[in-house]
Amino acid sequence: MPPAIETTGLTKTYGTTRVLDSLDLRVETGTVFALLGPNGAGKTTTVRVLATLAAPDAGHARVAGHDVVAERAAVRRAISLTGQYAAVDETLTGAENLRLTARLSGLSRKAAARRADELLERFRLTDARNRQTKTYSGGMRRRLDLAAGLVRDPGTTRVVFLDEPTTGLDPRSRNELWDVVRELSGHGTTVFLTTQYLEEADRLAHRIAVLGSGRTLAEGTPAELKTRYAGHRLDLVARDRQAYLRLAPHATTHDPDALALGVPTDGSAAHVRALLDELDPHRADIDRFALHGATLDDVFLHLTGPAAKEPSHV
Amino acid sequence: MSDPTPSPLATAAALSGRGILLGRRNPDAVISALVMPVLLMLVFVYLFGGAIDTGDTRYVTYVVPGVIVLCAGFGAAGTAVSVSEDMRRGTVDRLRTLDVGAVPFLTGHVVATVARNLLATTLVFGVAFLIGFRPAATPAGWLAAIGLLLAYIAAVSWLSAAAGLLARTPEAANTVTFLMMFLPYPSSAFVPIDTMPGWLHGFAEHQPVTPLIESMRGLLLDQPVGGAPWTALAWCGGLLALAVAASGAFFRLRTC
Repeated sequence: MPPAIETTGLTKTYGTTRVLDSLDLRVETGTVFALLGPNGAGKTTTVRVLATLAAPDAGHARVAGHDVVAERAAVRRAISLTGQYAAVDETLTGAENLRLTARLSGLSRKAAARRADELLERFRLTDARNRQTKTYSGGMRRRLDLAAGLVRDPGTTRVVFLDEPTTGLDPRSRNELWDVVRELSGHGTTVFLTTQYLEEADRLAHRIAVLGSGRTLAEGTPAELKTRYAGHRLDLVARDRQAYLRLAPHATTHDPDALALGVPTDGSAAHVRALLDELDPHRADIDRFALHGATLDDVFLHLTGPAAKEPSHV
Repeated sequence: MSDPTPSPLATAAALSGRGILLGRRNPDAVISALVMPVLLMLVFVYLFGGAIDTGDTRYVTYVVPGVIVLCAGFGAAGTAVSVSEDMRRGTVDRLRTLDVGAVPFLTGHVVATVARNLLATTLVFGVAFLIGFRPAATPAGWLAAIGLLLAYIAAVSWLSAAAGLLARTPEAANTVTFLMMFLPYPSSAFVPIDTMPGWLHGFAEHQPVTPLIESMRGLLLDQPVGGAPWTALAWCGGLLALAVAASGAFFRLRTC
């Protein structure tokens, strides 16, 4: 089966900033793919190019088998986009929003009403159907937005783009949205989502690409990434505040209150010994240490560097 | 099976329905769009009118076309704001992934503005009758006057919609439309042009609002209008064509 999404050398420049720098991606049909990266990494631009909303300056991208520039209309018929900014009207009800979107995608009045009802049911919004969406919770609004993206015959929507779908949601709403993504994927739809949250990528995605400065820094399954990069993490407890501050620049995770730091390692005795000697040549700064299997956080921080702003967690 | 691709006309109709519904759900805006024109007319008739000499015509009869044209400008400003809000929010992205083009998108906004304006115009005529507005128009005159007014409202609403595409914020969009709201003042809308300073005559006589006002007044009072309606129609047609072309270009500029 051909890939759902394939890009080669995708480049996009805004002014003098190269937002996408020769990006290569491949997403297999029917999988969930997470594009993970800090703010400004180029996640939204990638989605906009793939969803035909922005034209690339160089390189090629095919979505659902069609070129995003030359066959824009065909791509648009095969995709759904839920962006970071709500596309539903706050003073219209949930049902009105869905009926409008359905009408805009070519359904008759009657068919649009039927499709709206189906989607309200599927996204558990039936009880709220006649309320203006400004009264919806963040999670309900996001679900409605997602539903609005799927008003086309669900059978023809083959690739769903979700740009930071859970940013700003409370944990319960986030879990509900995750269920929706799993359900979509269960129906064979390809889901391409962007996120700043490692946990989200880890839980949902079959494959993850870590994006930094418009390039893929790493790509693989969550398990592969964890073993390939920073297989383990050495947790250190500094003897005092001064020692903590001396060690801090070398670490990828920081907990100033507990004077605790984490440093990536492959977990071998030789590397741990060398690392301890390098970090604490006078054997005075480190009080205790412990070795852990790496989390995706470690991979992410390792790849994007200690200088990268630590993403806030859900 | 894929759903059929809707025609631009069907898309524009669906978006017009949206625009009208959004307007109805925003009662504050509707009330100010309806009350303001009436208040303005009362201000002109009762506060300024006594000091303005309009010859044999009663001032209320003289000023009604001007108030209606002024309010078309106010109403049009709302188009710029609502378009710019759609641009800032995710709405325009969603529409583009549904393959909706600039023209159906803006038509939806313009139709909503025109509907609101017609409501306000009806109200102004109604109150004007109550306070002594006595037109002498023939049915054909009424039709022609309303047709011209519609052409003007459509033209300024489209200009405003194009400005809304270009503006980065709804506030900026509001500022851009200031010119349209100001245009009726240096025209024959509220005072005869010969009472203005000489250097302004050239502009006041040749700007788009003056032939429109002159035709509407002439048609409503059943007086000879000469070529003024054709000049007004040419202005409105020209501005409309300019606005539609500009909005296509602005839409491409802002969405790449």
